[in-house]
Order: sequence, then C-alpha cells, then structure tokens
Amino acid sequence: MPGSPSEPYEARERCEACEPYEACEPYEGSQQHVASAPSEPYDLAVIGAGPAGLAGAVTARTLGLSVALLDAAPRTGGQYFRHPAPGLGAARPQALHHDWAEFTALRRRFEESEAAHLAHHHVWTVTRQDDDGTWTVHALTGPDAASGTPARVRARAVLLATGAYERQLPFPGWTLPGVVGAGGAQAMLKAGLVLPGRRIVVAGSGPLLLAVASSLAAAGARVPAVVEASGYLGYARSPRALATSPHKLLEAAVHGSALLRHRTPLRTRSAVTEVHGTDRVEAVTVSRLDRAWRPVPGTGRRIACDALAVGHGLVPQIELATGLGCATRHTPDGTHALALDALQETSVPGLWAAGETGGTGGWQLARTEGELAAIAVAARLRGLPALTRSRRARDLARRRDRMRAFADAMAAAHAPGPGWTSWLPDDTEVCRCEEVTAGGIREAAGELGARDARTVKLLTRAGMGWCQGRMCGAAVACLAASGTAQGTVPPSAERRPLAVPVPLGTLATGPEEPGTT
Amino acid sequence: MARDRTPADLVGADPGPPFEITFDGRPVTALPGQSVAAALWGAGILAWRTTRNGGRPRGAFCGIGQCYDCLATVNGEPNRRACLVPARPGDAITTQEGHGHAGLAV
Ligand SMILES: Cc1cc2nc3c(=O)[nH]c(=O)nc-3n(C[C@H](O)[C@H](O)[C@H](O)COP(=O)(O)OP(=O)(O)OC[C@H]3O[C@@H](n4cnc5c(N)ncnc54)[C@H](O)[C@@H]3O)c2cc1C
Ligand code: FES
Repeated sequence: MPGSPSEPYEARERCEACEPYEACEPYEGSQQHVASAPSEPYDLAVIGAGPAGLAGAVTARTLGLSVALLDAAPRTGGQYFRHPAPGLGAARPQALHHDWAEFTALRRRFEESEAAHLAHHHVWTVTRQDDDGTWTVHALTGPDAASGTPARVRARAVLLATGAYERQLPFPGWTLPGVVGAGGAQAMLKAGLVLPGRRIVVAGSGPLLLAVASSLAAAGARVPAVVEASGYLGYARSPRALATSPHKLLEAAVHGSALLRHRTPLRTRSAVTEVHGTDRVEAVTVSRLDRAWRPVPGTGRRIACDALAVGHGLVPQIELATGLGCATRHTPDGTHALALDALQETSVPGLWAAGETGGTGGWQLARTEGELAAIAVAARLRGLPALTRSRRARDLARRRDRMRAFADAMAAAHAPGPGWTSWLPDDTEVCRCEEVTAGGIREAAGELGARDARTVKLLTRAGMGWCQGRMCGAAVACLAASGTAQGTVPPSAERRPLAVPVPLGTLATGPEEPGTT
Repeated sequence: MARDRTPADLVGADPGPPFEITFDGRPVTALPGQSVAAALWGAGILAWRTTRNGGRPRGAFCGIGQCYDCLATVNGEPNRRACLVPARPGDAITTQEGHGHAGLAV
C-alpha cells in the first residue's frame, strides 16, 4: 500500500515535496499526499531521479524555474546510485559506489533547491494540451503502482530522464530461479543488501559486468568467472575516444584490479550456453564463441555455481517519448535511443531528454546532459537564448560530445554478434511472460512470414505479457529479422502504448480526465 | 579476502530491529527497508510464483520493476511486484500460481 506511517522517510519525502507548491491532495482514505492536480503548471516536469534527472532539476531551479521531479522509486539516485533504505542503517554506502560523495553533493543541492520530489510516481503516459501546449504527466502512485491511484502533474516543459533497462539474450535454462539480471543482482545488492547465491557466475556483455562482479565479490560472493561475449580489443579501434575519457579507463582499471584481488578469471569471447538444475541453478556451461558470437562446438566447460547474473548491455527506456512520436537513432550496439539536438531537445518541441534515454553512457554523461538540458529549457521558457551560448553551456556540450563518442565506441565493441541465435534451441523460452519458445517465434518468422517484432507478437503472443516485451524484445526482433537482409540486427524501435501497465479503470477515464480523488 | 563477508558487513549496516513475515506459512526474517524480494532472497528463497502454462517456478529477475517475473501474492492480493513492495511486519507472502486477475492493460 502506498507508504504507511511505519515508513516515515517516504511520507516525509512526499509532503515536503508538495508543500511549496500547495499542489497537495490527500489520497482517498489515507494520510498520504500527492501532487495530483496543481492549478498552476510547473515550469518543468522531470521524469526520472537518476543523475540526469537530478542534475536537470537542480539546474532548472538555479535558473529560477519551478520544478517537479517524478520517479517510480522511493529515493533519488536512479540505477547507479541506488542505495539501501534508511532502515538498513548502512554506515558506508560508498562501499558500493565509486562516486558516492559526488552523488550526496548532488542530492543535497536537490534537497536545498525546493524542487518538488514526487517519489513513488510511476509515469505511464505524457500528453499535450492542444490549446496552450502544456504537458500533462500521468502517473500511478505507490511502491508498485498496484493500487492504481492516479496523479497528474502539469508542466510547460518536460525532461525525460528515465534511464535504461537491461538487454537480455535468452539461452537454455535462463528462466530457472537463480538466473538474474546482472544489473538486477547489482540493484538488489545495493538496495536490499542481499545476494542471489554464494557462488555467482557473471555473464553477458558490456562494461557493467565488471562493475557487478566486483560488487558481488566485495559483498562476499564467490565469482568463479566473468564471461564476456566480446573481447576488449574492440576498444582499441577507437583510440581517440578512449584517450579523451581518462575517467572511464581509471574506472575499468579499478574494476580489473578488484577482480584480480578476488581471483576472478575473466573469460572473453565466451558465453553461458546452458544452465543446469531442475528447480534452481546448479551449474552453467560456458562455451567459446567465434567472432560472430557462434558457440564453437566442443568447447563447453561446466562451472558449478548457485546463481548466474547475466545481461547484454542496456536498452534506453524511451516509450514515453516514442508514444509522442519522438524520432529515434540506431545505437552502435543495436538498440534505439532518442535522437536529440545539440541542446538535448527531442524532435518534439518542448520535450527534452538526458542520460541513458539518449544512449548508454554512464552516470557522468547523464549528469552533464541533465544540466545542459535544463539550461536549454530555461533559455526557452524565459526567453533568454543567450543562456545556451554561455561558457558553462559550451563547456557542458563539449564534455557531452566527448563522453558520447566514448560511449558509442564502447557500445560498438559490445554489440551482439549475429551468430548468438545459434546457441538458442527451439525449445528454449524466449518470452518469459507468455512462455513462448524460440521454435514458436522461428515458425512465425519462417513459415508465417513475420519480419518484425510486432507481427511476431500478434502471431505468437511473444512480447504481449506484463513486461511488454522488455525482456524478450531484443531476441524476438533478432529472430524475426534473421531471414532478412538486415540479418539479426533488431529492425525497429519498440513502441509500447504505455510505459507501465495501467488498470483498465484508469484507462477508461482517459488521460484527459484522470479519476483523481 | 574474508570468506564470510556479507553485504551488510561491506556497507557497515546497523539495521533497525528485524521482523517476521511469512512465506507460504513459513516464518522469514526481514530487515526494515528491504523489499519483499530482498527479504526472501535473504532467506535463500528464489522462487515465489509458478507460470500459467508450464507451472514453472519464477522469482526476481530484473530487480528493478521491469520484468514482472517477481509477482507474488501479498496479504491475499496477487500480482504485487515483490522487488518493489516493501516488506512490513506480519506480511503473509504466498506463492502466486498462474494468473492473478488484475485486469491490467499492457
Ligand atoms: C539494473 C541496472 C543497474 C545498473 N548498475 C550500474 C552500476 O552498477 N554501475 C554503473 O556504472 N552503471 C550502472 N547502470 C547504468 C546506469 O543506468 C547509468 O550509469 C546511470 O544511472 C544513468 O543515469 P540516468 O539518469 O540516465 O538514468 P537512471 O539512473 O537509470 O535513472 C532513471 C530513473 O527513472 C526512473 N523511471 C524510469 N521510468 C520511469 C517511469 N515510467 N516513471 C517514473 N520513473 C521512471 C527510474 O526509477 C530511475 O530512478 C545500471 C543500469 C541498470 C538498468
Ligand atoms: S524482479 Fe523484475 S519486476 Fe521485480
């Protein structure tokens, strides 16, 4: 249920948030307050309280704008700076984050800024009023939005900072309990101080794996192997981008040395091609991959473990924007990110984006973009275009370009090879929600001629379940495209109608007249 | 490195008083601030749902509210995302079998 008095920090966050704007209305039948229908729109609604959203909110307040920051989570920080609830009494949260001091400084500035923090607000759609162009952000409130209590926030501009989620490429046994997302294991550790097992193999692709392996090991897990499908040699193909981002290299070196200290072997050009166990993980088979990510026959080696943390990079979370028709760009690792102009604005005027919504790139890039976007918003709303030509803005844009170039080089180095589908037998489930197998999808793509994820979905129900294709989308798109000229490159940006599942009752009232209490 | 190190040691955690919830009637100890999923992981429980067609066990997967694999029945209410719902003293968590009936639009 939405925060009860036994969780004072949540209630405090919410009410402090609403107070300065008198936008508070009590939930029906509870003491809680949410901003449901402010009579005056905010200047800026920021969606997502990670580094991008926080930096955006703080900067916008500094420039005199009124700001509401909405996030589904109870606390600010987003994915990277996810941290334990106060009840867990962590004296050294910095042990799980390299840059904790920078986060607490940002958080302090946010708290002092008097921006409204609307925690536990799950945004499901954003609409625009035709007459005056004001945006309305529609959310469901509560820890998991199950009660479906709606809230709406009006604003003159919107900054989308919803981050990313993990990309998954299925393999036999990936639905067994004990197989968890790599970022998911990290998130559960950072927020709840728990591990999925004692002997955890970390596998997939991308730099996040190293971070996850070092945290799990530092928290007491044995990590018998980190299994990376690419090599790191790919980085060397973009020496310029690498040379200009020393911080990244430093970070990689820190993770590398942490792994050495925990004696964790790193196997590159390899993948987990099978998980063993009946009701939970007992072991995995790791196979060598060729350059196209096809497993090399006869190279499988069994590693005993009780959990597997797996992920293949990140997918920008952009459905709120694509729902409004925002243009996207193809990223070097085969996902879709928002196409943004030099000042972080999407192709839909009045809607800005920052952080991973524009492509994976780490928290410093997210923070830089959030600040730049807020300057652009203030310049527009206050009619001060000179703000965007200020030294600060130019400096931010330069840093953004440098970090984006690095991120794109790294993404290219970890792009899934087209051969990965050959480790996927027909009886492996691809869609976890609807239990649709690879065979079912191949049949739809082959005999029935489906060429894209949407057609496969209509034919097989893959991607039609609760998660709306977030977990299977990349795989379904690859399988559907495997007979086409594009090979196994995911062909089109996902267009989910809603960013979070919404009770039918809420939909029935329509976004224009939410059934606010 | 120390073998028996725990996540709590790593961050120097000094949690508030632990409390009890139940999982399919068995007592499970939870710490204040933990989600239902974290409390269950803490007790070594990784599955608390069975799938609709195959009846296969599932638990938390994405850890961030995106995959809906962690759906549990909490105090009789099905389809709660255990990775997001905070554990509260006395909560009765039960294995969710197949469908809940929340009638959500996705
Ligand atoms: C599971 C996971 C774990 C990660 N762990 C690490 C790590 O250990 N180290 C590392 O360097 N990088 C990690 N990353 C990468 C990380 O995303 C970036 O480094 C950084 O946090 C990006 O900042 P951001 O502000 O763009 O987005 P995020 O930090 O992801 O913040 C986005 C915020 O938006 C909120 N949100 C999203 N959609 C909605 C919605 N519809 N309604 C309301 N709120 C919404 C989310 O709750 C979240 O708080 C991880 C990513 C993921 C997905
Ligand atoms: S673990 Fe994915 S939604 Fe809870």
